[in-house]
Amino acid sequence: MWEYSDKVREHFFNPRNSGPLEGANGIGDVGSIQCGDALRLMLKVDPESERIEAAHFQTFGCGSAIASSSALTEIVKGMSLDEALKVSNQDIADYLDGLPPEKMHCSVMGREALHAAIANFRGEVWSDDHEEGALICKCFAVDATLIEEVVRANNLHTVQEVTFYTKAGGGCAACHEGIEEILAKVSAERAGLGEVSPPPACPAAPELPKAQPVKLTSVQRIKKIEAVLESVRPMLQRDHGDIELVEVQGRQIYVHLQGACAGCMMEAATLGGIQQKLVEALGELVQVLPVSQMKTA
Amino acid sequence: MEPIYLDNNATTRVDPAVVEAMLPFFTEHFGNASSIHAFGSQVGKALKKAREQVQGLLGAEHDSEIIFTSCGTESDSTAILSALKAQPERNTVITTVVEHPAILSLCEWLEKEGYVVHKLKVDKKGRLDLDEYKSLLHDRVAIVSAMWANNETGTLFPVETMAELAAERGIMFHTDAVQAVGKLPIDLKSTKIDLLSLSGHKLHAPKGIGVLYLRRGCRFRPLLRGGHQERGRRAGTENSASIVGLGVACELARQHMQTEQHVVRHLRDKLEMGLLGQISHCFATGDTANRLPNTCNIAFEYIEGEAILLLLNKLGIAASSGSACTSGSLEPSHVMRAMGIPYTAAHGTIRFSLSRYNTEPEVDRVIAAVPPIIAQLRKLSPYWKDAAPVKEFAPAYA
Ligand SMILES: Cc1ncc(COP(=O)(O)O)c(C=O)c1O
Repeated sequence: MWEYSDKVREHFFNPRNSGPLEGANGIGDVGSIQCGDALRLMLKVDPESERIEAAHFQTFGCGSAIASSSALTEIVKGMSLDEALKVSNQDIADYLDGLPPEKMHCSVMGREALHAAIANFRGEVWSDDHEEGALICKCFAVDATLIEEVVRANNLHTVQEVTFYTKAGGGCAACHEGIEEILAKVSAERAGLGEVSPPPACPAAPELPKAQPVKLTSVQRIKKIEAVLESVRPMLQRDHGDIELVEVQGRQIYVHLQGACAGCMMEAATLGGIQQKLVEALGELVQVLPVSQMKTA
Repeated sequence: MEPIYLDNNATTRVDPAVVEAMLPFFTEHFGNASSIHAFGSQVGKALKKAREQVQGLLGAEHDSEIIFTSCGTESDSTAILSALKAQPERNTVITTVVEHPAILSLCEWLEKEGYVVHKLKVDKKGRLDLDEYKSLLHDRVAIVSAMWANNETGTLFPVETMAELAAERGIMFHTDAVQAVGKLPIDLKSTKIDLLSLSGHKLHAPKGIGVLYLRRGCRFRPLLRGGHQERGRRAGTENSASIVGLGVACELARQHMQTEQHVVRHLRDKLEMGLLGQISHCFATGDTANRLPNTCNIAFEYIEGEAILLLLNKLGIAASSGSACTSGSLEPSHVMRAMGIPYTAAHGTIRFSLSRYNTEPEVDRVIAAVPPIIAQLRKLSPYWKDAAPVKEFAPAYA
């Protein structure tokens, strides 16, 4: 079974503000019975001050769906509607000391119910653009819809590129088959549209140079390395990370990974990808290592 | 409070007699059965005995028809891939929509590889249409694979009849009997079943040991090639301790068959009647007149299974659910969907699976524990008001 935080368990076993709310004037019903979640959020809003005086919920769903609903009502109680609209699904998850990645949709549902209830109070029609695809990468909770979007938008062709852009596939590798299927599907569509896309053919085996044709000077070499790092920087920045070249010691290239990438499971995958690019660019076998592994002479 | 384990279709407690029999094979009898010396031949004798014990439980004609594997999944894969490889002129597999993923995932992959897979549908009680089945048996079919007993509902398929129909047309027949072995009397020599899978951990033997029964004369290609173990049909040094354990477990299953058929069945029926009688808007799923004696699967409408399990777990009661949330997928169990169980009920299915270790006081405790849990969750559910479901709740994007 799932690893739930104590806070999730506590809110599940003792839900706050459950059941119908007398005098509710903003009601949001969201959910998907197919996915096994449905939530009715009831708000009692003071029409003068637009402050939420009370919030109740009724939820059909698993432990984390019930806990997320309970947390949501606690969070929004006493807020103005404008404040409440700023509550993100991450806020709900944080309030519960985190949710398992597969269960993040429970917090998303909470936020949607909140928006729906506020729209209902204001007499607006709430429309939702949320569509959840099948979860492909379980390690990083990435679904098919997102992968497909990113593959299209960035004209991606390999699993490794998908991993760079979305993290999907960077963990246990079990989903590589699923990612390949999405790539094949998008590529077939591209072909159908007559767009020229480079064939996803297997790249020729990298020639492992025994005698290097032109030996680079160390400055030329560092410039090439910098150029490769520059090319991957945008992908890292998408994840709020960055990379810096620290030292080159023969075949060992030491870098400093920053931000979200540092220390996470992605570090090894990221460095591996960069290493591959460097091997190709430099025409020699090199090793990319985090600066923490540098031996200070 | 003593915990109550009602999840025996997931896995079972290893019988103490099984553990006892296994222990020497980790210590003094550590030899390799293939070795010539005394260390090896002791083990070789023990494996032979275990093979005969499995043969006895299955009613197989020859002990050489028993191939030890690493699990039920391996047996399933071996059976189907062997049939396709051994008969390259046949490209079709017939199976059912309610098989275990050990079969279904393999079949999905086979389809991608260009094979034809036909999955027989089931009706709302989980039963097959034998006329549809007969109409599909043609000379391109390499193998039929149908489970003997369904792991979620316990529903039994008429595999003996199905095997005969296949045999009349010269088609191989495999059954995934992982849930049936030990719970039902089986006599393979009086059937036309060619291949059968079983898994040790479902009958009080350890995890990681399985058997593929292969009828003598049935064409075969191994999955694992290597040494000559299992007569070259499954290479790899034998897992001697687990094989010995499985042998003892089969012997015990034979002795306890009457207990399973009568005592366990009585407890299961009492549990089911107790719950259905006290709780409104719930029903037993599957072919209840024709199922394993230990299994009952109840759909509690308008609430979600994982939430039920968490509350049961707090009271020390272990069961399982077909809800999407417990499986990690976004859809409820494929078995419930195949039977056309509506989503409002499919998410709230709870499987109670008993064993010979369960007692009447345990069942009484569960009968007392479940109704308040259901009531508590229904109070939280937007589909429920007072004592009845509400129709008007229709959330956006439902
Ligand atoms: C019907 C059925 N087939 C196959 C299996 C897989 O067996 P094993 O876990 O030994 O691979 C199971 C067990 O979950 C099962 O219930």
